[in-house]
Amino acid sequence: MQHVDGNSLAGPLAEFLAFDVTMATARCNGCGDTAELARAMVYTSGAGTVVRCRSCGQVLATLVESGDRAWIGFSGVSAIEVRRPGS
Amino acid sequence: MSFISRGFSGRSRERDDRLPPGQTLVHDFPVLSAGPTPDIDTADWEFTIRTESGVHRWNWDEFTSLKIDDVDTDIHCVTHWSKLGTKWRGVSLDTLFEDIETEQDYVMAHSYGGYTTNVPLDELLDGKAWVAFEYDGEPLDPEHGGPARLLVPHLYFWKSAKWVRGLEMMDQDEPGFWEQNGYHIHGDPWKEERYW
Repeated sequence: MQHVDGNSLAGPLAEFLAFDVTMATARCNGCGDTAELARAMVYTSGAGTVVRCRSCGQVLATLVESGDRAWIGFSGVSAIEVRRPGS
Repeated sequence: MSFISRGFSGRSRERDDRLPPGQTLVHDFPVLSAGPTPDIDTADWEFTIRTESGVHRWNWDEFTSLKIDDVDTDIHCVTHWSKLGTKWRGVSLDTLFEDIETEQDYVMAHSYGGYTTNVPLDELLDGKAWVAFEYDGEPLDPEHGGPARLLVPHLYFWKSAKWVRGLEMMDQDEPGFWEQNGYHIHGDPWKEERYW
């Protein structure tokens, strides 16, 4: 099967990245717990935001912000379920 | 003698040359953490150095019986604060590595609670780093990394891992926790190595 380049992501990923984060459900890589991100434990400091699993405490996601740059990491999440409007 | 006076306000506008670029002097000690503060009893504490040849291990009593240094140093946080003349006591990494032979040039520091940060070994030796367990004459407070934290004052302070429990030698430089998530692999405050 042939692959296409990343420009093909523009449509589907733009739709995905516009999701309501708190309503999205994420699966923890560490313990397998699946829960809405709104139920995660969030630690905020000047260095960045760290989202931890409500069940095992493993880091699910990080957010680092600096002026016009930001880094979003989902190192501890295997997948995120997004509810699509109208479906 | 100069005939040009800068007036009384001149000196206050001069930048303190101990402050790296982009840093502001603070007098308190801000707390930054990526998670809950671990509660570590010194009776359970241990420190390890893992090399290609095995694991070197110290318990609290063994560790605090090693040669202890008094350290007076400036510290610089990537969140733009610096603190001058901080006073610590701890064990130099030169002391810890005295009897350790390794061909591996890179270190991953591991902490209780899971935090990691990477530093090249040559930036930890020759009087450049300590495992500190006292700050300002008192046992190191848990929120500042007690019982013991890494102290690498010539790099941004995220490299000075709180609640340190061990060093793992590595063949290659690999990113630790913040370094994987946007922060600089090295972190020299004088070069403003803040982010990727």
